[in-house]
Amino acid sequence: MIDLGRKAGFGLTARNRAERRFQWVGRFAIGISLSFLLVMVGDIMITASGTIKRTEIALAVDLGPDRIDPADPQSASYGGLVKASLRDMFPNVTKRAEKKRLYNLVSPEAVFEVARIVAEDPGLLGGKRQIWVSASDDLDLYLRGKIDTDQPQKRRRISDAEIEWIDALQDADRLRRVLNWKFLTGGDSREPEIAGILSALVGSALSLAVCLAISFPLGIGAAIYLEEFAPANRLSDLIEVNINNLAAVPSIVFGLLGLAIFLGVMGLPRSSPLVGGMVLALMTLPTIIIAARAALKSVPPSFKEAALALGASPVQAVFHHSVPVAMPGMLTGAIVGMAQALGETAPLLMIGMVAFIVDIPTSILEPATALPVQIFLWADSPERAFTEKTAAAIIVLLIFLVSMNLVAILLRRKLETRF
Amino acid sequence: MPLRMMICASTLALTVAAPALAREQINIVGSSTVFPFSTAVAERFGKSTDFPTPVVESTGSGGGLKLFCAGVGLDTPDITNASRRIKASEVALCAENGVDEIVEAKIGFDGIVLANSVEAEQMELTLRDIFLALAKDIPNADGTTQPNPYMTWDQVNASLPAIKIEVLGPPPTSGTRDAFAELAMEGGCKTFDWVKALKSSDKSAYKTLCHTVREDGGYIEAGENDNLIVQKLAANADALGIFGYSFLEQNSDVVQGSLVNGVAPEFEEIASGNYPIARSLYFYVKSAHVGQVPGLEEFLQEFTAEDTWGDDGYLADKGLIPLPEDERSEIGQSVRALTPMNM
Repeated sequence: MIDLGRKAGFGLTARNRAERRFQWVGRFAIGISLSFLLVMVGDIMITASGTIKRTEIALAVDLGPDRIDPADPQSASYGGLVKASLRDMFPNVTKRAEKKRLYNLVSPEAVFEVARIVAEDPGLLGGKRQIWVSASDDLDLYLRGKIDTDQPQKRRRISDAEIEWIDALQDADRLRRVLNWKFLTGGDSREPEIAGILSALVGSALSLAVCLAISFPLGIGAAIYLEEFAPANRLSDLIEVNINNLAAVPSIVFGLLGLAIFLGVMGLPRSSPLVGGMVLALMTLPTIIIAARAALKSVPPSFKEAALALGASPVQAVFHHSVPVAMPGMLTGAIVGMAQALGETAPLLMIGMVAFIVDIPTSILEPATALPVQIFLWADSPERAFTEKTAAAIIVLLIFLVSMNLVAILLRRKLETRF
Repeated sequence: MPLRMMICASTLALTVAAPALAREQINIVGSSTVFPFSTAVAERFGKSTDFPTPVVESTGSGGGLKLFCAGVGLDTPDITNASRRIKASEVALCAENGVDEIVEAKIGFDGIVLANSVEAEQMELTLRDIFLALAKDIPNADGTTQPNPYMTWDQVNASLPAIKIEVLGPPPTSGTRDAFAELAMEGGCKTFDWVKALKSSDKSAYKTLCHTVREDGGYIEAGENDNLIVQKLAANADALGIFGYSFLEQNSDVVQGSLVNGVAPEFEEIASGNYPIARSLYFYVKSAHVGQVPGLEEFLQEFTAEDTWGDDGYLADKGLIPLPEDERSEIGQSVRALTPMNM
């Protein structure tokens, strides 16, 4: 109790000090959290920067008629052509083990790249042509100074001989660094130099679209009925308790449910975004229902009452007056649920979406994987260069998340009614 | 009204009870150890043929075999990878569900290495040292056991350095851990004569003694991610880590493999069978799916080609230790001819 008998302004300095102390503690807490965030994002950004560019080698590939049959260019041995062009560049390399090292300067993908270039432009046939192909991940790491050449040869991925070759290539202007669009336009690969994120990105987008199409209308519908129309009885209470409990169920349980029902009983295709989206929808439903009910509850009852008094039916009163006002809150709930769903891997494991997918899915029935799964798989790969891909994939996931939130904010702004 | 449209769309989506669609691509499940090799073959296969790229899932050996043995039909996988041989119980499960023709393919070896930071001294261990350092209970000479008293390596073996026993390894759910227990721990455990005799008299007591890893902090479960273990070793020069050979090969600038029974974990030594902690890797194919799933036979041909799994094949570049040449040609032939395994 304040002792009113004392002078006004008692203990003022002490109270002011306490006030300042508290504010500083608060600032300190924010500062620490921000610096953690900065360190984390900064570290990821720095690691991911290795993905921005990739290295290419110019090969002089002999596309003469004795090497490639002009009538059927796809039957040629492009592996042999690529190897021959490397041997031509370094004629001194004769030992078998050395030759193998030499061939490893280019990516295993180079063979397919040459074949694709020839298929696209048959006019190249008929002589020696300079073709730019992807370099191996080790060469790329070396060029960027990521391989410590002070270590003894045995302890690094690039030997002295390879360093010599690479320097010779550089002197002859046969190496170049180009923007790595393949990362955004290609599917997954076991070769880090050509691995791309698009198959996972499309997989995530398709799954989330299915998830939203199912969980949003169902969740909103359930919330409206439970909040506005359901009779207050034991059954309603039971349903409410269960929905609240479901929101806290570990996500892997939904994966098991999906495995048993969607794959087992309904026979939907394994690894497909359709099933993935349905499982994620089950997971996000409780979140959406709870948020939507809270939003409806916060609409002043006078809105509905006024509509009813003017002769609107209860359905009209709710749909024309309560729901539009509650919509921004419902959207927030949906976005929180979607963001959760975007980051899930555990339920996807059960339904076969933790998978290596090269081909980019074109429909919700084709096999696909998701962004967090891709991050997990790359983080688990032995090749050193995948560390950078992992970081870059995390950034793609973050951008996806931020843009999703942005859409939600814009929608909310647009729908918000002030009163 | 958009809400009405949304409701229509969702009911539509829910009622699309699609029938089991014909599958166009091969479906592979199974071990996360075989995953990097299986995916490399799948990618090549997709690029060099007109067939779609097979879908390879990483489910673990046990999980993969469970899915594989669930039945015959296009809603079950065609191939499962395993970092161990199929168990009799799994063969029985398969047979129960109508999967009675399985083709077994051994594809190569995977060495399990004990490694430490290059900053530290290279360790020279024997299987017995490994067992004594990591077992929960250790056998005494008189046929009794006692809880593991060793805290530093020089207590285990006077020739080892006087540093704390601190080994980072995979958790019990991992196939690498099973293989490590079986090959390294049991290998060292057997060097005690009375324990060896115990194997025939009381197999379960023998297994408990030899396979149980200490829980007092000497062995640290570091999760399934081998890259994480490598990073931790780089940060802590006193610790040892257990992981697959391909991670040692990729990170030879930060970690070095310990010699086991005098043999270094090197490609040639594992391939020749001299390195004691190496396990075989397998995949299993459902014969019934050949002809049903397009490209399955061609995929088997790709996998068993010399360019793939041979000494200079691309799987060797990915860290798979190839089989000896005669074994390779024998297994290759039987796989391509779809010879079912004896069950």
